[in-house]
Amino acid sequence: MSADMTTAKTERAFVTPEGVDLRLNIGDAGQRAGAFLLDAAIIIGVLIVFTIASAFAFASGAAVAGVTGAEMVAVIWLIVFFLLRNFYFTAFELSAAAATPGKRIMGLRVASRDGGRLKAEAVFARNAMRELEVFLPLSILVARSQEGGVDGWMYLLAFVWAAIFVFFPLFNKDRLRIGDLIGGTWVVRTPRRKLIRDMAEDGATRMAAYAFTPAQLDAYGAKELHVLETLLRQGDRKTFRDVADRIAKKIGWTRGPYDTDRDFLSAYYAALRGRLEQKLLMGVRRRDKHDV
Amino acid sequence: MTDMPPSGLLKSQRFRQAREDDWRRLERLMDKAEKGSASKLTDAEILAVPVLYRSTLSALSVARETSLDQGLIDYLETLSARAYFFVYGSRATIQDRMVAFFRTDWPASVRGLWRETLISAALMLLGALVAGWLVMHEPEWFYAFVPADLSGGRDPAASTETLRATLDGADGAQGLSAFAAYLFTHNAQVALLAFALGFALCLPTGLLILYNGATLGAFFALFASRGLGFELGGWLLIHGVTELFAVILAGAAGLRIGWAVAFPGQKRRLDAAVEAGRTAGIAMGGVVVMLMFAGLLEGFGRQLIVDTGLRYAVAAATALIWGLYFYAPRPAVAESIHVR
Repeated sequence: MSADMTTAKTERAFVTPEGVDLRLNIGDAGQRAGAFLLDAAIIIGVLIVFTIASAFAFASGAAVAGVTGAEMVAVIWLIVFFLLRNFYFTAFELSAAAATPGKRIMGLRVASRDGGRLKAEAVFARNAMRELEVFLPLSILVARSQEGGVDGWMYLLAFVWAAIFVFFPLFNKDRLRIGDLIGGTWVVRTPRRKLIRDMAEDGATRMAAYAFTPAQLDAYGAKELHVLETLLRQGDRKTFRDVADRIAKKIGWTRGPYDTDRDFLSAYYAALRGRLEQKLLMGVRRRDKHDV
Repeated sequence: MTDMPPSGLLKSQRFRQAREDDWRRLERLMDKAEKGSASKLTDAEILAVPVLYRSTLSALSVARETSLDQGLIDYLETLSARAYFFVYGSRATIQDRMVAFFRTDWPASVRGLWRETLISAALMLLGALVAGWLVMHEPEWFYAFVPADLSGGRDPAASTETLRATLDGADGAQGLSAFAAYLFTHNAQVALLAFALGFALCLPTGLLILYNGATLGAFFALFASRGLGFELGGWLLIHGVTELFAVILAGAAGLRIGWAVAFPGQKRRLDAAVEAGRTAGIAMGGVVVMLMFAGLLEGFGRQLIVDTGLRYAVAAATALIWGLYFYAPRPAVAESIHVR
């Protein structure tokens, strides 16, 4: 049930132009932070490797081509540092996946809040704001460690001011960064799911052996059906026994000595689903067993 | 048992079996497209995706209304979302986007920012004048406005000869292109910061532009006091027209956002922010382009063109080009903006 609760909390209506609500889930604070840390690690890792390579090139460049060779290396290092710092996020989010490697690993992507296309200027605006959300707070932290003489109160004020930008996503329900706010974007989850087996498959063949009466099938609703579906997927024997006993007791079913719990449960699942879906076709959705 | 078909299958099962192949095909196409670029798909596959997407979407609607197979509904939701992002993702080619950006979007957004641009330019000028006046009267002020790593040895302690030498071409002046690259990244960073700070209700952007102007003014006052003002003008403006204009525009974009957040007017604050972000985002994309131009002019143009008169000529030409590009009236383009 806890899974249902979190889903409901992050689920947002997202209506396609065809008028179907895709019910997207937004990325929560933990996933966002995780994706950012991964990206930061990638950037820093690349920078370290590149710096070491440049240092070697600088040394050999100075030896072979004199000062100009070394200078070229310095120029290239400066430019690469600049591009990585400012355009790593923009470049990846402009691609078809609309996600940086970190976001991809966390199963996230950037999307336009209004359901339209994700525009280049939106990606640009949302990432230019990182200057305010990441680099400014970092430079305030560094300033403190460099010159201890900064007035304490001024430092505290600057720190609080910067912290507002850093922790902005925690103060709104859609977890929007300031960049998302300005760019008109949000970050949604794009999980990949395989088409899993239909649990009615085993049951439907066994249904003939179990002739449940309509009254017996009216004992439960859709919610119980979904619990039963999850249970059948998990395939835990002890739970099968408990649940089979409880259902048999509730519907007054006397089980033969050769019925296994699994057979009984899957047959009941298929029959219950058939009954509820039949009602659904008539426009009646029975949510749970209390719904009459 | 009367409602059971002979196969013993539920209606929702048969529904699923009849369409499963289409869904799996769409899933395979999405896997392929997400792994690389869309160019990995053949033309036939590209054409098939929207059809499969719509049929999957309608299957999702039907399944939500008629099926209680939760696994199926979850699967269709994620598959539809993946296909949605592909179908409605950015399908415009990079060329189309570039053409639209340079032909209409960029000049239009810069023109839309004219009020903020004037304010931003005025702030920079004010900073330059105040700092210049202060340094003229008391050279010690120079150190307050120009950080040591930016001045690169050009400070009141340097001799006039040294100062003159820094204004010449590359010959003999070693480490200059690294210094130019440093200046370029520094200025680009200032531009980005000026934009981002705008969100904090305009004030920090204003201060940053003011301070940037002050640095400039301090430099100018120092060189002018040694009779090198004219030469410095050429040295700075050959790329400075482009670069300072870019910084001013970045400040203007930041001011637009800050103003929209502080005073949204009739609109909702969030909508006002998004709308301002759109204009400002386009302008910022252009600012980066301008800064690259400036970097090239600084790195190459200034080293190759040593004559001060020629430097002024290049500066005037760039000013004219940018001015015409952004602000010259162009009826045809204005029309096409209306249509969009």
